[in-house]
Amino acid sequence: MADQAMKSLGSVLARQGILVAFILFMVSFTLWNPRFIDIDNVFGVIRSSAILGIMALGVTFVVIGGNLDLSVGSMLSFSAIVVLDLHENPAFGPALAIPAMFAMTLCLGAINGFLIGYLRLNSLIVTLGMLSAIHGLTLTYSGGQNMDIANQNETWFDVFGRGEALGIPVPVLIFLLLAAFLGIVLAKTPFGRKVYAVGGNGTAATFSGIPRARVVFMTYLISAFCVATAGLIQASRTMGAQNTVGQGMELEVLAAVILGGASLLGGSGTIFKTVIGVLILGFIQNGLLLAGLEFYVQFVVTWIIIILAVWLDIATKRGKLWSPIA
Amino acid sequence: MTDHTPALRLEGIVKTFPGVRALDGVSFSVLPGEVHALMGENGAGKSTLMKVLGGIYQPDAGKIFIEERETEMRGPLEAKANGVMFIHQELSLAEELSVAENIYLGELPRKSFGRVDWATLYSRTDAILEKLKVGFNARTLVGDLSIANQQMVEIARALTVDAKAVIFDEPTASLTDAEKVVLFDVIEGLKAQGVGIIYISHRMEEIFKMTDRISVLRDGEYRGTLNTAETNEDEITQMMIGRSLDISRNVEQVELGPVALRVENLSCGHLFEDATFEVREGEVLGFYGLVGAGRTEIAETLFGLRKPTSGQIYLKGEAVKITSPIDAIAKGISLVPESRKEQGLVLGMNCRDNMTLPQVGDLTAGPFVSDGAEISIYDQYRDRLSIKSPSWKTAVGNLSGGNQQKIVIGKWLSMQPEVLIVDEPTRGIDVGSKSEIHNLLRGLAKQGYAVIVISSEMPEVLHVSDRIVAMYHGRIMREFCATEVTEDSLIQAISGIEGTAA
Repeated sequence: MADQAMKSLGSVLARQGILVAFILFMVSFTLWNPRFIDIDNVFGVIRSSAILGIMALGVTFVVIGGNLDLSVGSMLSFSAIVVLDLHENPAFGPALAIPAMFAMTLCLGAINGFLIGYLRLNSLIVTLGMLSAIHGLTLTYSGGQNMDIANQNETWFDVFGRGEALGIPVPVLIFLLLAAFLGIVLAKTPFGRKVYAVGGNGTAATFSGIPRARVVFMTYLISAFCVATAGLIQASRTMGAQNTVGQGMELEVLAAVILGGASLLGGSGTIFKTVIGVLILGFIQNGLLLAGLEFYVQFVVTWIIIILAVWLDIATKRGKLWSPIA
Repeated sequence: MTDHTPALRLEGIVKTFPGVRALDGVSFSVLPGEVHALMGENGAGKSTLMKVLGGIYQPDAGKIFIEERETEMRGPLEAKANGVMFIHQELSLAEELSVAENIYLGELPRKSFGRVDWATLYSRTDAILEKLKVGFNARTLVGDLSIANQQMVEIARALTVDAKAVIFDEPTASLTDAEKVVLFDVIEGLKAQGVGIIYISHRMEEIFKMTDRISVLRDGEYRGTLNTAETNEDEITQMMIGRSLDISRNVEQVELGPVALRVENLSCGHLFEDATFEVREGEVLGFYGLVGAGRTEIAETLFGLRKPTSGQIYLKGEAVKITSPIDAIAKGISLVPESRKEQGLVLGMNCRDNMTLPQVGDLTAGPFVSDGAEISIYDQYRDRLSIKSPSWKTAVGNLSGGNQQKIVIGKWLSMQPEVLIVDEPTRGIDVGSKSEIHNLLRGLAKQGYAVIVISSEMPEVLHVSDRIVAMYHGRIMREFCATEVTEDSLIQAISGIEGTAA
C-alpha cells in the first residue's frame, strides 16, 4: 500500500513536477515578501510577460513540430526597428508601416521554413545562423542607429503597447486573444493534428500522406507572425527601439515553452501549457527581482530553468533520472 | 568429442515481455568442438535467447553455465569476459577505422600516458588474421572490405579472447558461395580448437552440412535436440512449425475480380529491376524473398515514396504515375509499412488519432476536426479488427505489438483502398495475433480487396497467398500458384539457385 502510494506520488511528481515546483516557489516567495502576490504585482508580471508570451505561442508550434527556432530574438529586434523606421518614413506612415513590417518578418520565417521544411536542414543550425544573419540585417538597415518616433503625440501608434481596452492593457489582450486562437488551431484543426504527427514521428507522418515539409514550413510562418506581433507591441510600447531589443529572448522563449511541458523531441505540448510556462518564468524573474537580486542574475536563472525542464522531460520519458541508453 | 563437459549449458531460461512469453523454460547444452544448430521460425525466441546469452536481457528465471560454472551475464562485456562471443547477422563495425582498431575496440594496447601501442596492435591482429587466411591486413580500413571480409573481422574479434562458445547468427545471409566455403573452413577450424559453436540459420542445406546437433525452439519453448545425422528436413520442419508442412490451406475459391494493379517492367535503379506482375480484386499476392531482395522497395515505389527509373504502373487498366504518398492514397493505394514503430505509428499519439491520420483533413465540421466522425471510424475498425485497447485515448505506444499492427491496418482499411499492400504483416507479433491477422488478410481478399503481402516468413506467405512471387537480388525469379508451390522450389528461387524464370 505504502509502496503504491509512493509510486502514484512519484508519477504525479513526474507529470506535474513543474507545477509542484512552481507552487512551492510561489509559497516560499510570498512568505519571504508578501508583496509578491500583491494584485498589482501579479498584473505587472502578466503585463510584462505579454511580449515574451506572444513569441512563445509561435515557438510552441515549431517545437511541437519537432524543431527549434532560435532566431526569434533577433527577429524581434528586426521587426521593431523596421516598423519604427517605416513609421517615420512619410511614404508609409503607421497604417502602411505595420503590414509592410509583417510582410518582411514573414519572409524571414519563410526562409527558416524553406531551409528546415523543404531542404530538411537541421533547425538548430539554420535558426542559430538566422539569429546572426538577422542581427546583421537589422544593423545594416538601421546603420547601427537606434530608432525613435519623433512626434510621439501625433500618432496612434502607441495604442498597441500602451493602450487599454475594457480595462485590460492591449498587449495582454492581444496575448490572450492570440493564445485562444492559436490554441484552437493547434488542438482542433486538421493542421494542428498534422503538426503533432510530424513532430511525433515525421517518417510515419510521411507514410500517412501528410506533407511534412509544408507543415514544418507553416510552423515557421506562424512563429514569424507571432514575432512580428510582439515586435509591433515592443516598438509601440517604447516608441523607439535599440537594435538589440530582442537579444537573448530566444532562450527565454524556449525556457517558457519547455517549462510548459512541450518536449524538445517534438510531438507534445499545448498552447495552454505554454501560457502557464510563460507565467511561471515571469513570476520567477519577478520574484528574484523582489528578492533584491540583480536583474542580470535572471540570465543565469533562465539557463538553470532550461536545464531542469529538459532533464525533467527526458527523465519522465525514460522513467529514471539517469540512464546510459535511450 | 572426448570431453563431455558442455562448453555452454542453459537451464530453464524464462523471459517474458508484457503480453508475450518470449522464452519459456529453454534448456540445452553445447559441447566443446560441436557445431550446434539453433532453429525455429521467426519469433520462436532465437534472438531473445541470444540476447539473454549476450547479457543484453536478464532472464526472469533459469541459469547459464559456462563449463559447468554458473555464470550471470549482466552485460555484453561480462559475456565476452566469460568467453561467449557473437558473430552478428548485422555487422557492428566502425567503417572509418582500421581492421585492427575494430578488433581491439575498447581495449587497444597502451603505452605510457595512455598512448596507443600501434606496433603491438598491428602485430597481434596480423597473427589472428593469419589463422583466418584472409587477404587483407591489420591496417586495412574496414569500410574498404566486402561484406564477407567484414564478417571475417567480426570472427577475428571473437578469436581475441579465449572463446568458449561462439554464436553465428545467420552468417551466410549475405555471402556468395565462394565466401561461404571460406566461412565453413573457419568454423571447422574453431571446432578443431574445441570451441562450442551455436549456429543459427534458416538454410536447411547448411544446417545438415555443418552441424552436429540441432535444437529447435517453437513459440519460446524448447522442442528438443536431435543428432543431425539421425534426422531429416521434414522432422525438423515439423518440430519448428508444429505440423508437417501442409500447404493445402482452406482457401475458398473466390471469384476473382478484374485486375486492380498491373506493373510492367518496373525498375528503380539497382534496387529492383524489370518487375512485372499483377494482382486482381479478391486475390492475395505474396512477395517472398530474403531481406534486401527488393520487395519493400517495390512497395515503396507503388506508394510514391520512390521514383521508378523505368516501367509502367496500371491501376484498373489505366496507366498512372504515382508521385507521392498523398498521390498514392488519392489513387486508392494503401501501404502498411514494414516497420510499425518507425513508419506506421506516431507512438505518443492516441489510438484514434493514429487511425484517422491519413484522412484527418477530410473529417471536418467547418474548420475543425469532427470528434464524432473520428470516433465513429475508430469504433468501427476497433470492432472489425477486434483491437484491444483500454480506450481510444490510450497512447498507441502502450499497446501490444499485435494491437499496434491492427491499428495500422485499420488506419489503411478505413481509407477504403483499391490495393492494400502489407509489408511484413506480423513482424514481432505474438502467435495469437499472428493467426488473427492472417485470417484478416484472407478475409479482406474475400471481400474483394486486391492485397499484396510481403513477408520473410515462409509459412506466412504460404498461408495467406493465392499466388507467390519469389524475388532474388532485385529480380522476380518465379511466380508460383499457391496450390502447386513446394518449399524447395520457393527456397531455390529466393536463393537464386534456379536462375531462370519459369
